[in-house]
Amino acid sequence: MFGNLSDRLVETFKNLRSKGKLSAADIDATLREIRRALLEADVALEVVKSFIAAVRERALGDEVSKALNPAQQVVQIVQEELVTILGGEQRRLSFAKNPPTVIMLAGLQGSGKTTLAGKLAKWLKDQGQTPILVACDLQRPNAVNQLQVIGERAGVPVFAPEEGNGKGNPVSVAKDAIKHAKQKQFSVVIVDTAGRLGIDEELMKQANDIRKATDPDEVLFVIDSMIGQDAVNVAKAFEEGVGITGVVLTKLDGDARGGAALSVAQVTGKPIIFASTGEGMDAFEPFYPDRMASRILDMGDILTLIEQAQKSFDEDQAREMAEKMAKDTFTLEDFLDQMQQLRKMGSIKNMLAMMPGANKLKSQLENIDEKEMDHTEAIIRSMTPKERKDPKILNGSRRLRIAKGSGMTVTDVNGLVNRFEQAAKMMKTMSRGGNPGIPGMPTGMPPMPRPQAKKDKGKKGSKSGNPAKRAAEAAGIELPRTDKGGSAFGIGG
Amino acid sequence: MAGLMFWRKKDKNVQAPEDLQEQVIEEQIQDAVQTASEAHVIEEVTQQVVEVEIPQVELEPIELPKRSLTKGIRSLFSRIKFDVENLEELEDVLIQADFGVAAAEVIVQEVKNRAKKSGAKTEAELRLILTDLLTEKFGRDDRALKLDNGVQPYVILVVGVNGAGKTTTIGKLANWLTQGGAKVTLGAADTFRAAAVDQLETWATRSNSEIVKPTIEGQDPAAVAFESVERAMANQSDVLIIDTAGRLQNKQGLMDELGKIRRVIEKNLAISEVLLVLDATTGQNAMAQAKAFTEVANVTGIVLTKLDGTAKGGIVYAIQEQLDIPVKLVGIGEGIDDFGFFDASEFAQGLVGES
Repeated sequence: MFGNLSDRLVETFKNLRSKGKLSAADIDATLREIRRALLEADVALEVVKSFIAAVRERALGDEVSKALNPAQQVVQIVQEELVTILGGEQRRLSFAKNPPTVIMLAGLQGSGKTTLAGKLAKWLKDQGQTPILVACDLQRPNAVNQLQVIGERAGVPVFAPEEGNGKGNPVSVAKDAIKHAKQKQFSVVIVDTAGRLGIDEELMKQANDIRKATDPDEVLFVIDSMIGQDAVNVAKAFEEGVGITGVVLTKLDGDARGGAALSVAQVTGKPIIFASTGEGMDAFEPFYPDRMASRILDMGDILTLIEQAQKSFDEDQAREMAEKMAKDTFTLEDFLDQMQQLRKMGSIKNMLAMMPGANKLKSQLENIDEKEMDHTEAIIRSMTPKERKDPKILNGSRRLRIAKGSGMTVTDVNGLVNRFEQAAKMMKTMSRGGNPGIPGMPTGMPPMPRPQAKKDKGKKGSKSGNPAKRAAEAAGIELPRTDKGGSAFGIGG
Repeated sequence: MAGLMFWRKKDKNVQAPEDLQEQVIEEQIQDAVQTASEAHVIEEVTQQVVEVEIPQVELEPIELPKRSLTKGIRSLFSRIKFDVENLEELEDVLIQADFGVAAAEVIVQEVKNRAKKSGAKTEAELRLILTDLLTEKFGRDDRALKLDNGVQPYVILVVGVNGAGKTTTIGKLANWLTQGGAKVTLGAADTFRAAAVDQLETWATRSNSEIVKPTIEGQDPAAVAFESVERAMANQSDVLIIDTAGRLQNKQGLMDELGKIRRVIEKNLAISEVLLVLDATTGQNAMAQAKAFTEVANVTGIVLTKLDGTAKGGIVYAIQEQLDIPVKLVGIGEGIDDFGFFDASEFAQGLVGES
């Protein structure tokens, strides 16, 4: 997500960080790069202009010249302005005091409304709600069927009295749906509407009529994250024509730079509430503006990562793990354990994509073969408990035995052991609150909005666990970072 | 106008006009030379030429109903004026039309140069320069669908990301071909998205085409493609159009699947066209899409959809410049006839508008 924009900004900031003091010319040069990067990321021109103006104003002000490390300050300004545009704090879905809560979806053709309707329904159902889907897209051939199939996949009933394909009146379907939902006591009604162009007055009026008929608590504007400059026009048209309360960004699992997020949030002033990240029914998550901004700056999405980890990691286990890491007793057995935990969390690719600095690995991430994990598992399972605890005893004949036992080659075994050692080293550093050589992470990190034990340490300047590096950081020297293809989780790049 | 035709094996008693034959022969020699790449020896080339010469004796051109795209495009300059002093504004306009920063810079520079040379000053003159420039840059002579070698059924493979408008495009294209008298079979190889097969079936009915559906739910799309080819050959279709599931170009697994579909088709038939469907609202990511799909599926043309909205699809400029892939068709609405050939000068005039 936002990968290419991150790459670009990181590139820009690299130059910035290598200098002690900034001149006005430096700032302008940097801003030119940022402008270009944002435009290449499809942020709308008018949004880019106001963004650049805001950053320049602040960057040229006292704030920077008096700061100890002006470059970092600019990074922070950019980050803060991004958060501001993306909508500041995360917003939750608002529910009606008296059910049913009505959620209406609107957007262009092909933005992903129907698929999203299913995901939203599933998500609500998982939270104990009793949602019902309403098929008001009577336009596109077989959109009604599609919603029915999706409803089935999500395990959510679908209200579809009309077969669609140009027949039936979506406004009356919407009306009847609300009645039906009240009668049958559904708690949430999700109204899927036909895709329409902002300039199609007739269809915009129809959407507005659906809105009037259902009096929705949320009108979610669904927009494809690949959209270009037109995002501004489209968002304005829907805001004016239908009136929206929130935005859902779809297809964020693609490699689009996603500047539309900035454009839409800026132009409509409405928060982005959800992000849709794949075709599976679960590929759906709340949108976190602050995290997204960090991601844009290539600081990774540590918070989402932590949250997901918490979902599946047993807390005691996690504590134990942290202690082990700190004490340097992290073994291959733990590694295996952890890998299985990771798998519980869902797609490894999504997980890794949230790691700071992972953008550089992005192309490799997309190519991760999850089979590789099976291989890793097989190798570790072919080791004796003693070997798992102390990989140092793995001599040639042991490695050969393991290779044979797991159906892999000695090279594979060697590779795993090497990766494990790297991972163990990295985790040790991380658990001490250090910064394990993550590119793009400015030392003056903005405070994280989540109380964490390691927060204080992090704020102190996320000093490197490596004494040499730490000294270098103190001296303001930028060490060359090595971005290894091999990741921390036993997945070969 | 080129592209309004396809070529069908002719009834044996009617003789094809001489000049048309020659044209075809020439085209095919070129094709053959292209396909027989550097490594091939000249003998092979001549042999290929000889091979393809046989069917064209029986070819007859079928003219298809004319379509125009003027309905859709809205002018870039509805609100903005520009003059020689202030061409930065032109750059902004091009950026807003999704041309991309780099392409916008190049175009602006070129307009400046030409304006200097010709001493153009007025807005009308500048508009003319821009229109000409864009017409030139977009203009090329390979926009026709390559349905011309007489080896039928012609296979058109339709690919693209999710929601670009593949299925709708296929419906329109099928209808257009059947209107022109072609027998069309559709292959429903989008076995993934819910109700995609049903959607294609609706279009098959509307366009009087045959459809080959998966026999079981979620069947391997390559298997459906294979069956489609067999059916199209058996029922003597003129054209086989194969729908594929939308896939984001960074999903390696899905892109590999597309490669497999392609290979499976090519076991029995050559693919005449691989059309990449691009949503005109798409921004710079369209370039990544074009690159990735070309790599895997060897895209031969672009269908630019949803041009009836406010989006301009300017990124196709850069795609054509960098990847040398022509825009062949445009979609301008949800109706079965909202569809036309891409025409460089219409497109350029539509973008720049009247002064």
